[in-house]
Amino acid sequence: MNNKRKELIVSAISNGTVIDHIPANKLFQVIRILDLEKSDKEVYFGTNLESKKYGRKGIIKISEKYFEANETDKIALVAPTATLIEIRDFEVVKKSTVNIPEHVEKIAKCFNPNCVTNKEQVPTKFKVIKVDGEIKLACHYCEKNTSQNNMVFH
Amino acid sequence: MKNRSLVSINDYSKEEIMQILEIAAEFEKEPHQNLLNGRVIASLFFEPSTRTRLSFESAIQKMGGNVVGFSSAATSSVQKGESLKDTILTVCNYSDLIVMRHPVDGSARYASEVATVPIINAGDGANQHPTQCLLDLYSIKKTQGTLENLEVTFVGDLKYGRTVHSLVIALCQFNTKFHLVSPVELKLPSAVKRHIKEANLQYEQYTDFSEVIPKSDIIYMTRIQRERFPDPLEYEKVKNAYILDNSMLDNSRENCRILHPLPRVNEISIDVDSNPKAYYFEQALNGVFVRQALIAAILGLK
Ligand SMILES: [Zn+2]
Repeated sequence: MNNKRKELIVSAISNGTVIDHIPANKLFQVIRILDLEKSDKEVYFGTNLESKKYGRKGIIKISEKYFEANETDKIALVAPTATLIEIRDFEVVKKSTVNIPEHVEKIAKCFNPNCVTNKEQVPTKFKVIKVDGEIKLACHYCEKNTSQNNMVFH
Repeated sequence: MKNRSLVSINDYSKEEIMQILEIAAEFEKEPHQNLLNGRVIASLFFEPSTRTRLSFESAIQKMGGNVVGFSSAATSSVQKGESLKDTILTVCNYSDLIVMRHPVDGSARYASEVATVPIINAGDGANQHPTQCLLDLYSIKKTQGTLENLEVTFVGDLKYGRTVHSLVIALCQFNTKFHLVSPVELKLPSAVKRHIKEANLQYEQYTDFSEVIPKSDIIYMTRIQRERFPDPLEYEKVKNAYILDNSMLDNSRENCRILHPLPRVNEISIDVDSNPKAYYFEQALNGVFVRQALIAAILGLK
């Protein structure tokens, strides 16, 4: 596949960020947690694209958007394989993988409806743990684990 | 432990747990010790729990302390929509220590973060009940002479019973061999089993009760609740499979003791009560000594 055809699959952007190597089945969750529905910038996405490394992947391109640490933490929790590519003037200026944080505060919700963070005005606090290879958020307050599929962000 | 809250049994190291149990033994020998000498302890029961509240209040009064607080949310300002934070901060002005019971998971941890005095968690929703765990450990140590290298059998609802979860996790520090007896629907959750595996300890799971009795130093009984079964027929099938009666103890070990967090319904037949191996009523009394020890240690009086 040459470069011309690749571009046709998902349009190129002049300035902004490309999130590559998202597991295909997590694409829409990434869109949701970054709140891209409400973005007024150009957003392109594709999924079930072929990837040598991951079988099938998703990709998102967002114009004029560069991510802050709390946003890349969210991406890392649902799509730990993701790569962030910063584009300026059609050039790749930076490529980085996301790092899974050890702790997350405020950004995620606890799935336990009877947790104090869902009953009182208490900011959430989690330790990020791995159980049989899957990332989970261990709640500092109710001590229950929120699994990837149940992750909801503020 | 001085000035430190106790929210979850994991907050204390093995050494600290052993220290509390030693102080509790001193209180068992001499329950009336005027250590609090008029200090004020708040007892905030946002949901009723008569047993636990009486045990704490008895512990406080035997040490010469005064109790302020409420025994249900209906009689407190919570009724008027006050936040937990505001209630706790207000009560801090009037007390040296807060004992709290609350229906919401994680409420005690949060309270311990906003409070200016230490908090003792007397049960937060389905999460933790560390003083029950301490009294269980005290009862095991007292009847067996040690906590190390015992074979402990848990029977009944191992899925939802928070006292079972806390005790299993605490016993992982004492080289315990676990026998887990329950219907398949109520097996010990994998999150709790993970602690046993991480400590490299042995455990076996059974659906049949009788075969493990001769192997047990401690038999920890729990109640199986009808509400736990979506299908009433499933409940009918298992409800009589986990009842202990006196004849079943015929080939039990000499040192074997039966524990139960109470209240019991029918899972231990009345004919067991007079067997010297029945320990559940003394177990409840031990709760007072353990709570005395904890209060004294946190306030730096022992
Ligand atoms: Zn929680």
